[in-house]
Amino acid sequence: MNNLVARAKELLNSNSVQVVIGYETGPTGVARPAFITNSEKADRLIYDERCVQNLAVYLTKHEVRKLGKAAIVATLPVMRSIMMLISEQQIIGENLVVLGISSEGNLLDIADIRVMQGIIEKSDLSNPPEYRELLAALNKMSPEEKFAYWQKELSKCIKCYACRQACPMCYCTRCTVEVNQPQWIPVQANTHGNMEWHILRAMHLAGRCISCGECGRSCPVGIPCHLLTMHLTDKVFNYFKVYAGTSDKMSSVMSTYEPNDKESFII
Amino acid sequence: MSDNIYKPYLMEIDNVIEETPDVRTFRLKFKNAEDAEKFTFKAGQFGEYSVFGEGESTFCVASSPTRKGYIECTFRKAGRVTNALANLEAGDTVGFRGPYGNTFPIEEWEGKNLLYIAGGIALPPMRCVIWNTIDLREKYKDITIVYGARTVSDLVYKHELKEWEERPDIRLVTTVDPGGQTPDWKGEIGFVPMVLEKLAPSSENTIAILCGPPVMIKFTMPVLKKLGFQDKDIYTTLENRMKCGFGKCGRCNVGKVFVCKDGPVFSYEQILSLPEEY
Amino acid sequence: METTRKLIRKQSLEKLYKLLSETRKIYAPVIAADKQVEYKYNPAFSDITFDHIRSTLSAKNVVFPKVENLFTFTNSKTESTINDIDLNKIPEVILWGAHPCDNAAFDILRSIFCWDITDEFFSKRLEKLVVIGLSCHQSDDYCFCTSVGLAPESSKGSDILLSRLQNGDYHAQILTEKGNSILNMAGELFEPVSAEKELITEVKGKFSHEQVTEKLKTAFENPFWVENSLRCIGCGACAYVCPTCACFDIQDETKGKNGKRYRSWDSCGFGLFTLHTSGHNPREVQSQRWRQRIMHKFSYMPERNESLGCVGCGRCSSGCPVDMNIAEQLEALQKI
Repeated sequence: MNNLVARAKELLNSNSVQVVIGYETGPTGVARPAFITNSEKADRLIYDERCVQNLAVYLTKHEVRKLGKAAIVATLPVMRSIMMLISEQQIIGENLVVLGISSEGNLLDIADIRVMQGIIEKSDLSNPPEYRELLAALNKMSPEEKFAYWQKELSKCIKCYACRQACPMCYCTRCTVEVNQPQWIPVQANTHGNMEWHILRAMHLAGRCISCGECGRSCPVGIPCHLLTMHLTDKVFNYFKVYAGTSDKMSSVMSTYEPNDKESFII
Repeated sequence: MSDNIYKPYLMEIDNVIEETPDVRTFRLKFKNAEDAEKFTFKAGQFGEYSVFGEGESTFCVASSPTRKGYIECTFRKAGRVTNALANLEAGDTVGFRGPYGNTFPIEEWEGKNLLYIAGGIALPPMRCVIWNTIDLREKYKDITIVYGARTVSDLVYKHELKEWEERPDIRLVTTVDPGGQTPDWKGEIGFVPMVLEKLAPSSENTIAILCGPPVMIKFTMPVLKKLGFQDKDIYTTLENRMKCGFGKCGRCNVGKVFVCKDGPVFSYEQILSLPEEY
Repeated sequence: METTRKLIRKQSLEKLYKLLSETRKIYAPVIAADKQVEYKYNPAFSDITFDHIRSTLSAKNVVFPKVENLFTFTNSKTESTINDIDLNKIPEVILWGAHPCDNAAFDILRSIFCWDITDEFFSKRLEKLVVIGLSCHQSDDYCFCTSVGLAPESSKGSDILLSRLQNGDYHAQILTEKGNSILNMAGELFEPVSAEKELITEVKGKFSHEQVTEKLKTAFENPFWVENSLRCIGCGACAYVCPTCACFDIQDETKGKNGKRYRSWDSCGFGLFTLHTSGHNPREVQSQRWRQRIMHKFSYMPERNESLGCVGCGRCSSGCPVDMNIAEQLEALQKI
């Protein structure tokens, strides 16, 4: 992707940004995050179908922030994460250059937030097609089957918290699981406690998850935990007709009351 | 004790002293007479104190090994375990594992002057060695204790400060931060490093033992250096987070050093050789 | 003990497995429904894989379980009673088909758990463990055992080491008394060695661990750590999949009057790991934690535990969500 490299060089040479957050190829051939601070190293930047990690997670990381103003290679999920982070006041939009990538893989010219918003609004924001089949299959299960399915999957969890750490929306410096007065979630990785953790994680992301699937991709033991948050994305859309990460001024659906909110869950 | 190195002794709280609104001292006695008989420790060592159901917390044994039949510990209510401990009263049961770690080399200090400098809640880890050397008073020359806290009410061991003050063979200087004094406060007013500078104790044949919050250590060190103290003659304790207490759990390491095994007592000379991860 | 070399036919392996499983628990790798390779207790022989490169988690769980009770207790207002764990009840286990890297890790774990005072939870489990290892006939780009003093056919840590032959049979090296007792028990299944060639994969050397250890002595302040850990997201995956990572947490849990104190795997990659109650954190940022991970394994452990904290299995790299490739980083460190 020559124009991405050229744009990165231009931004770094003009000192418009101090770091470009993008992808490079690792020694075993996988694509991974790269932090380019020098235009001479910009040739390492790549973009192709292997580049799936949600890079927005780095926008709130202390040591990345310290590098200075950033440009970030942003596919749709990254753009939506950026919107969420701005609306939750974790980052300032003006301090960021977005190197948007279209669904066809082309570099987009994103002058400001409004342009990005326009791109997002024109996109399909529902859960990505590759997950729909599994989500539908889960939906068809009886509560007992669903419970058994998740019990089996979550018994594998080793509580490494890769799902949390990989998520751009899990930016809290002290997570609920790290609070011990009271101890909400057991420290040990047992099936019961693992379920509590994943349910809690999903609930905290309801209405905030932008369906990138990063939590599931990062799980070293292969738990499809993204299906939990994606399921809630569907639910939130059904109830409130909104998708997360569509505006920089979104209020959180789960913590805001609107007079026309559905109240069908109240008996 | 069994082969289970994680199994604590059962201790009965014999006495509780409320040092400050959030600091308590417990006197603990072994529930099992055999344990009490076998138990020995030395000044500077620490233990893992537990409330069953809440977990373990690490602090020094605050009483002197010269006082037999019990151990004492002093803690501030800060986390889950210390808050639970603070809710206990005399007669209740706690767990204790220990003693762990190295000791103050008090035999090497014989014949020397001792200068103890402590700030706030850092007097407890020093109290053990202070009493230990006071109980062996004839082995040491001058003993000076400089102790500061933010306010008068933050001074711990008030009853003992009085005792030390009244003893002719100990020089005690207490100080509180400016604004922390009460109308009847007779001690110094000022931060520990400044009070120490004014006091200007001789470094000749003297060992300085320093415990306090990082900021106090930071500003006291230059004063000690100015007074002519050598790095090897300054001692302190490191207090990294710990779980096991015996070099297995991997938590307290500073470089290749296990604070729980090679410490908690270090000379300043040793500290300077460590990576700054404490 | 002098090594005895024998042949065991492909079809005899199942007989051996059945024979051993009559009296002991067997911990062996199987391919799970989601294609991940995981260790299981007493799987069906047909489910066991002999062709995996690496299991997702290492075999360390067999001697250092991810959660282990240290004791249980009963509380009343003034009385607490401790119920000790009977370590003699730890069962005999056979670790079946684990690769040389995983088996070499047991000695490293021993150097952590048994230096100074002995951790009986670990040492009793290790004592009751018999390891039937399996040389590697396959490897991938993540493997680097040959850079840390091991090899795809290292016998270290195995009581019996199997190596596949071209015709599908196995050579068996009987390496220890424990191994010998199996040979004696199932002598009829073992035959004289054949002239068939052993299938052993080649793992290319990537760095010299001696040189890395030497370089690390002066690398603490090097900008390398920040530059190379920016993409680390600070999860515990690398530590949990690692066969030699032994850091643990100790916690209490209660249900009514009854409770337990347990230990569970922990990771130096977590910010909470070193956080003091006061809020002070000696390792405040991720680069310091990444540095600790490398330093601990390649500098502090060689000096303190006389063992390298790494067996080159590559799990930390293959399991890392952001490709923190440890061999690549060690290669680079060697050159700084």
